[in-house]
Amino acid sequence: MSLLEIENLTIEFPNRHGTEVAVDKVSLSVNAGEILGLVGESGAGKSTIGNGIVQLLSKPGRVAAGKVTLNGEVISGLQGESIRKIRGSKIGFIFQDPMTSLNPLFTIENQMVETIINCLGVSYKEALERSIELLTKVGIPEPEVRIKQYPHQFSGGMRQRVVIAIALSGEPDLIIADEPTTALDVSVQDQILKLIQDLCTDLQVGCILVTHDMGVIANVTNRVAVLYRGKLVEIGETKDVLGNPQHPYTQSLISAVPLAGKKVDRFPLVETIESIESGLKSIDVTTHWLGQSSQHHNTDDLLIIKDLNLSFLTQDAFFKKNRKRLQATDNVSFSVKQGESFGLVGESGSGKSTIARMIAGLQQPDSGSIVYDGVELINNPDKEKVKSVRQRLQMIFQNPYSSLNSRMKIKDIIAEPILYHHLAKTNEVEGIVGDLLDHVGLGRKSGVKYPHEFSGGQRQRISIARALATRPRLLICDEPTSALDVSVQAQILNLLKDLQDELGLTMLFISHDLPVIRQMCDRVAIMRQGKILELQQTEDLFEHPKDKYTRELLDLMPRFDDLTHDLNANSHV
Amino acid sequence: MNNTTNKNTKFQRFLASDFFYHFKRDKLAIISSIIFLILILLAILSPLVAPYNPYDLQILDIMDSELPPVWQQGGDPRFLLGTDDQGRDLWSTILYGMRVSLMIGILAVLLQGVIGITIGLVAGYVGGRTDNLLMRIADVQLSFSTLMVAIIILAIVQSAFGSDAFNQWAMVILILIIGLAEWPQIARTVRSSVLAEKEKEYVDAAKVMGFSPIRIMFKHILPNCLSPIFVISTVQIANAIITEASLSFLGLGMPVTEPSLGSLISIGKQYLFSGSWWITLIPGAFLILLVIVINLLGDFLRDTFNPKLYKD
Repeated sequence: MSLLEIENLTIEFPNRHGTEVAVDKVSLSVNAGEILGLVGESGAGKSTIGNGIVQLLSKPGRVAAGKVTLNGEVISGLQGESIRKIRGSKIGFIFQDPMTSLNPLFTIENQMVETIINCLGVSYKEALERSIELLTKVGIPEPEVRIKQYPHQFSGGMRQRVVIAIALSGEPDLIIADEPTTALDVSVQDQILKLIQDLCTDLQVGCILVTHDMGVIANVTNRVAVLYRGKLVEIGETKDVLGNPQHPYTQSLISAVPLAGKKVDRFPLVETIESIESGLKSIDVTTHWLGQSSQHHNTDDLLIIKDLNLSFLTQDAFFKKNRKRLQATDNVSFSVKQGESFGLVGESGSGKSTIARMIAGLQQPDSGSIVYDGVELINNPDKEKVKSVRQRLQMIFQNPYSSLNSRMKIKDIIAEPILYHHLAKTNEVEGIVGDLLDHVGLGRKSGVKYPHEFSGGQRQRISIARALATRPRLLICDEPTSALDVSVQAQILNLLKDLQDELGLTMLFISHDLPVIRQMCDRVAIMRQGKILELQQTEDLFEHPKDKYTRELLDLMPRFDDLTHDLNANSHV
Repeated sequence: MNNTTNKNTKFQRFLASDFFYHFKRDKLAIISSIIFLILILLAILSPLVAPYNPYDLQILDIMDSELPPVWQQGGDPRFLLGTDDQGRDLWSTILYGMRVSLMIGILAVLLQGVIGITIGLVAGYVGGRTDNLLMRIADVQLSFSTLMVAIIILAIVQSAFGSDAFNQWAMVILILIIGLAEWPQIARTVRSSVLAEKEKEYVDAAKVMGFSPIRIMFKHILPNCLSPIFVISTVQIANAIITEASLSFLGLGMPVTEPSLGSLISIGKQYLFSGSWWITLIPGAFLILLVIVINLLGDFLRDTFNPKLYKD
């Protein structure tokens, strides 16, 4: 018999428009010592299942039907005190963000000992010993010293280890890990996943690992359950599901994951995921307004950046020598050729977004020069010239939820730059806006709606349409898909590629996601602490990295493709 | 999606909105808004509703003065709520007085709004030294009590121009003083929401598009800051009405010939111990009702516009 059995679990969120079924008759089981992955996109109900098991659903959600059995004991429908005992002592929870899941006002000792005494009913001394033992087990060095410290004295990865230790402190049979590594850097992610994996086998604890990352699923889970809009579409051994997916949704989900190992022209099979309007009028770019740019210089290097420096004041002081500065970009130089896709890669804090902001004019560099289309943008006395050049340089932002003004209609958002800069005759604008909306796959009818009526991917399409409205030649994409689900990401990347082909756009593509970079870029620069470490053709960089740090990054990249490719190869034999 | 197509008129969209949904479920808000609407209507329509015109000196009869309300012994059926010391019908005077009070309250807050929003937007958006300067001015302004500033200015104006001229311009002067004294409240609220909004990427997007700062401030940021402005304005109206009443009670506000609720209360003060309690207490009750109702509506708006407070 398995450790945890879930039968026909249905979770509903009643609201005033009706009842929304978040989890629809899901049945699955977890064995002791096994890691079951729950994978799906945002809104698929994967976290809700985790919360539903321990009845931590936020109001007004409720378990409408179904049975949850832990070790042969029915735990669904338990109330108050009895379910509280199960949480903690039988089921441990690991949350997404280690920065907020520990109480900053208490030491680790306070938080762990309290949990242990509560769950196991032992004396303070025994609890303390056990805490130290657990901290050793999760790999915290010098646990006797560190246990007296406060959460802010630990790094993100260390905190997540502490959270895992607390989750284990009640000697649970089952651990529910809700996106445990999403908030961490890749290098730390790797260690935490290994730790969870080892603990599950050593302690014979079952684990439900909720994640959206197919790479994580491929690397650590034994079995995987794929969820789609609250329904379980596929469950099985991880290598079977990933290597030979049966359900069309699983197939398209897997095909949407950008592969680190090879470059494909387009992501196949992703059209089923978020249906885009069909039968839209396509526009002929050569004759349309969109394709007619007023001036054309035939410079080879569209963007030339030389010795760009910027430092932020991190600690102000009255005397100059006491001020502390952080060098955000350190003598950065590179150039972007006409029509190419140039990638900037780095971990958070490497200065890649700062460079984008300086090129876009949102930040002034301390020194250096930025030449775009033959015009110097920094400290150029000819303000009018700079202004007119800047129009043809646009940016797509990371967060589609905050990059659109929520009080304006879509058509007004897109029309505003055209009208403001008098780029077209007033009576033509409405037609152009409609064409743009058609072109990015939304349809001209959607122009009368407000941004909140669209999903994240659709909003990113609106952002793209808005950026195109000034007929730019350089498009800066600052992590344009990092807030999106993989399948939607694949669609947006496809759209960007199409637009680049049609309009001959030059792109500066900024991302921390190496597989995405490999799919999108012709040349890549690797950044760390404000410096460019390596600049190469994409294929060369991925195959023959020269710099040590680059090699490290490439090694840590979750390898999703290796597994599936091996499996594909095997299944074809 | 399909049923949204036939909900096109603004009114229908309002009926379907979250705002109206929460409103329907909040009894206190419904009762407050009904009372508020009745009071507003009575105030606006006072020339039509009121049985007498208290500004018309010709119909006053000193013999009618200090008559108690009808349910008291000695009450006169002509005067529902009794009369004041000059023989004015108290009900009519209250209606006219409420009109004066509301007008001062609303216009003063409009003035506060214009000044406060502009200064708050500029301080929040431009930041740096400008922000520091403007906010320190606001702090200095706030460190003087509104009443103190008002009393000093009113006293100076009254002695400089004589009380005849003052009485003529009393309403305008009151609006100016209350409006100028309270703008920092709105400026601070606006500034804090601008600081939060300007970090959002739509503002960056507008900058990259090359829009002018004025356009970004007023067209992009301001519409996203409207809900807190709306909430604080309601509370400020109640405050302004109270301030005006206090000034009038101290004899520095509306003249006796054109009384607001505050000056009515003040008139009755001297007759309170001679048994004519109604001249003070009845206008006082109306003032309290008006202010409570506005404050309750302000609370309701604050709760509804703040998505952090979960309401089921």
